[in-house]
Amino acid sequence: MTTLTDAWSWLTTAAHWSGENGVWHRLFEHLLLTVVCLALSCLVALPVALVLGHLGKGGALAVNLANAGRAVPTFAVLVLLLLSPLGPYGEWPTIIALVLFAVPPLLTNAYVGMRGVDADVVRAARGMGMTGAQTLARVELPLALPMVLTGVRIAAVQLVATATVAALAGGGGLGRIITAGFNLASTPQVVAGALLVAALALLVEGVFEGVQRLAPAGARGSGA
Amino acid sequence: MREAPGTACNGQVTAPPDDCLARNDWICGAYVSTRDEILTDAVVQHLQLTGVSVALALLLALPLAVLARRWRWAAGPVLGITTVLYTIPALAMFSLLLPVYGLSASLVVAGLVLYSLTLLVRNVLAGLRAVPEETRQAARGLGYGPVRLLLAVELPLALPAVMAGLRIATVSAVSLVTIGAIVGHGGLGNLIYAGMNTYFKAQVLTASALCVIIAVVADLLLLGVQRLLTPWTRGQAA
Repeated sequence: MTTLTDAWSWLTTAAHWSGENGVWHRLFEHLLLTVVCLALSCLVALPVALVLGHLGKGGALAVNLANAGRAVPTFAVLVLLLLSPLGPYGEWPTIIALVLFAVPPLLTNAYVGMRGVDADVVRAARGMGMTGAQTLARVELPLALPMVLTGVRIAAVQLVATATVAALAGGGGLGRIITAGFNLASTPQVVAGALLVAALALLVEGVFEGVQRLAPAGARGSGA
Repeated sequence: MREAPGTACNGQVTAPPDDCLARNDWICGAYVSTRDEILTDAVVQHLQLTGVSVALALLLALPLAVLARRWRWAAGPVLGITTVLYTIPALAMFSLLLPVYGLSASLVVAGLVLYSLTLLVRNVLAGLRAVPEETRQAARGLGYGPVRLLLAVELPLALPAVMAGLRIATVSAVSLVTIGAIVGHGGLGNLIYAGMNTYFKAQVLTASALCVIIAVVADLLLLGVQRLLTPWTRGQAA
């Protein structure tokens, strides 16, 4: 219990929140990294998944990619990229590693969502004279939206977690408070950093769950 | 660690055997042969941490899932709490357990148990719920008590779902053990962490590759066990 009160007093010390190593700056780094990588991963994964799902091809790829993503340790990829020729280019190794781990859940969920759209609905759209692109944009995508958003939520939570591990490999973000705490052998700082990271992850999950509750209602309104 | 062997000129044209260590190559056979003990120790530690964690998680998950199945009101909290645990990033999870366990292997095991618990409870519960009501009524009609019903009918029928959860949990645990390097108990993660600090490319790549190999082999082994334990699903899988 003393550790928790020590961690609390660490968190309530104003000096720990300001400056280059302060909580605010680290939180900003963490959020920036998460948002940039989420946007990049969506740009990479969603068009591919939606087109593959529309065409009904590449299902094995979508599923296996998710499994492979689970088997490869995040930490190993971060360190491998850091030691690769990309290493010296600032945040790029971290960004690439984060995107690599956010793509599989996005791809798999969007693909499964697209395939889950009732075949009769797609046939009806074709019967009404819709082109492939129109069917994709106006019929399949709205109906697949809940699954697509599930993928985005999983990817976002995954990104928050991976960005934390990035601190082990010298990256920025809230994980740095934890690793610095370990280096200083300061358990209160380690626990305080961990509480911040956990709170951020739960917050991101909560926000996306809220968004998701709203989205399916909209999709249902136009679909059923 | 070793002198660059090029300085000792003995007239040989072929490259000296430990040259790739001196050049810091990514792929280096000499690294594997000279450090096989370190690698073996790391692999053994990795396997122990993974095995103990997943086994403990399974022991905890089975009664939790059975309880959540029996009493509907328990399902919500059990699933809710394990989901919250699963959302917490691994590095934060290990750090939060630091005051309880200190810098020990138990800390890594405890963290991994909490992660595996989510996957296992969900899958066991899904498996138990998927047992058809008619099957359970038939068993009751044959005079099966609740315990025998669970052990002889429900659990065997839930086995495919349990094994699927076990495979995901094991593969995830193999990958998460590496984060344990932060407290010095990360199996192959220790080698990756040390290799990062010394820019030792061969060590990082070898340890990473071994991690992936362990995950894939464990997954295939569990798949084999599942095939053996549930022969009735073989027709559906094909």
